[in-house]
Amino acid sequence: MAATKTIEVALSTTGMGPDGRPQRIPLGAEGLTSAPPGLEPEMQGEHMLINIGPQHPATHGVLRLVLELDGETVVRCIPHVGYLHCGFEKIGEYRQYNQIIPWTDREDYLNSMGNNVAYVLGAERLFGIEITERCKVLRVIAMELSRIISHLVWLGTTCIDIGAYTPFLWSFQERENVYKLLEGWTGARLTTSGTRVGGMIADVPDGWVEGLKGFLANFPKTLDQVDRMLTRNAIWVGRTVGLGVMTPQEALDYGLSGPMLRASGVAYDVRKDFPYLDYETYDFDVPVGTNGDVYDRFLVRQEELRQSVRILEQAVKRLPDGPVNVDDPRVILPPKHKATSEMESMIHHFKLVMEGPRPPVGEVYVPIESPKGEKGYYFVSDGTSKPVRWRIRPPSYVNLSAIPKMVEGHLLSDVIAINASIDIVMGEIDR
Amino acid sequence: MSKPAKQDPAAPAFAIVQPGQPGQQPATPYGIAHRGGAHNPSVEALRAQFGAAILRHEVTWGDTTVYVERAKVGEICAWLKADPSQSYEYLVDVTAVEYRDHVRPIEVVWHLRSLKHRRFLRLKTELPKDGRTPLEVPSVWGVWKGADWLERECYDMFGITFAGHPDLRRILLWEQYKEGFPLRKDFPMRGRFSRAQQLTNALAADPEARYSMEEISIAEAYGDLPADVRQRLTGGEKVGE
Repeated sequence: MAATKTIEVALSTTGMGPDGRPQRIPLGAEGLTSAPPGLEPEMQGEHMLINIGPQHPATHGVLRLVLELDGETVVRCIPHVGYLHCGFEKIGEYRQYNQIIPWTDREDYLNSMGNNVAYVLGAERLFGIEITERCKVLRVIAMELSRIISHLVWLGTTCIDIGAYTPFLWSFQERENVYKLLEGWTGARLTTSGTRVGGMIADVPDGWVEGLKGFLANFPKTLDQVDRMLTRNAIWVGRTVGLGVMTPQEALDYGLSGPMLRASGVAYDVRKDFPYLDYETYDFDVPVGTNGDVYDRFLVRQEELRQSVRILEQAVKRLPDGPVNVDDPRVILPPKHKATSEMESMIHHFKLVMEGPRPPVGEVYVPIESPKGEKGYYFVSDGTSKPVRWRIRPPSYVNLSAIPKMVEGHLLSDVIAINASIDIVMGEIDR
Repeated sequence: MSKPAKQDPAAPAFAIVQPGQPGQQPATPYGIAHRGGAHNPSVEALRAQFGAAILRHEVTWGDTTVYVERAKVGEICAWLKADPSQSYEYLVDVTAVEYRDHVRPIEVVWHLRSLKHRRFLRLKTELPKDGRTPLEVPSVWGVWKGADWLERECYDMFGITFAGHPDLRRILLWEQYKEGFPLRKDFPMRGRFSRAQQLTNALAADPEARYSMEEISIAEAYGDLPADVRQRLTGGEKVGE
């Protein structure tokens, strides 16, 4: 039983006035050379240490920032990550290739469909599989839908961090519409696990494309509303312009990617420069910022939402008929009616489920443009059905590592805006 | 130290960097061979520049892997970034691979990308598992600042030290973690201890030990702390959770 301690608390007032209320020291008092009695003179001119997070809504997860402040100016910033570390890469070494797909949902959980596609793109190159035309277009649709989700969540949460509540409601309403579409396709909202090596979990259901067309018709209106609300809003501009500036050389040096890099004026987009899924045949633009600050990152992401709509409209138009999964018994399960009636199909089914598909010896790194930046999966195979190494190249981890460079010299309240502009997902950072 | 004032908001602060060369039209690759195929032209340039430090190269699924000598990694990376004919200005990833094999060496992997030439290069160096060779490679932090956290993660997961890294600490695991390096193949997937033992360890741990002395000392407030707090922070083993 610990002994009870008495703590004396000194109030930052000069005491009680005659009316029984605490006397406040007026701000900017004339002729005040030394600290008034009751204030702590030794606090002046010294640095203060404050801790933000890990449990704080403005850190977008469990990020912890230790800040050394001189007044309100950040002198030093030490980020701490790892509170969500689950060892995904270790677990992947004990799983077959198709069994890892659920883990890809859970790292960057705002872009789960995009991660699923990125994962199987890498695995398919490792297996040497060419997917079908319909599957390519469906995957483009899946990736752009998850880009819309991720950017909408970014938009809503950043608005809340900076003090605007209405765009949050609008963006989350639209996000709900996308989740309804994904739920109709894969059966899940966040943890979609929508792909398989060699194809998709399922073809889109009847009427799904019409639902997507309806979303595409209405979504630009919401974007226009957000645009009208924020882009020329004096408060929004005042809270974002000139913050966290990264020049193109610094951004490349720190390995930034995605909207962070493009806001700094480097027109690098994996979809354009190292295309996959025939992205070079879609007509879309890569927005690039010219100042590298938080405002430019907002503009870049806002424009990317419009470009995603453009890509989706083209994808819906060109969506071909045909099979979704490749006709390759090495990786794709035979139809159930065949597995229960034909001997060969049953053997295939058994071997695929019990042993799993086996890629040849080799290694592969396939990057994609995730909403956060360049995401890639690096596989090393030794010829068995489980990878020797499964590595996630996490874009928000690398982007976050530049936060000390970005916040130092700015005010404490700007730290929140800069941190929001990085668009971090702690599930991906800690993995 | 406050927000930098802008003269003209319409004027761009810097020139736009366009990747690739004019006239290039990159396309989705198809029909990639498992082994062989055209390799990255940087291989010849590396051999001409560094000679025997470039051990061998191979092309797997269209990507070129170059095995280099361990001691020369920093030099090679600095050259690859600075030379205008290579200009690998972007460090994609730093990681390591350990095989399910007692003899096969651990490989440290650097993924480099040149935006100017739209090239991708995988550098590898081998660290033998003979128990005598230290698991140490030169840090490339001086070449790309982005290597900071990637090398820390590699150290955290594999125990590979990067000579020259300014602040090589654990990053995803806590600093007092003493069970080893999780992505090594001799580390069991469930951890070193049973669930019951992990719970016992957690209950026996001293929560005060979670505070890092480094964070407290940067405020230079240590001398001002009460004597009992000072004693609590310095005394006792830092075992973490």
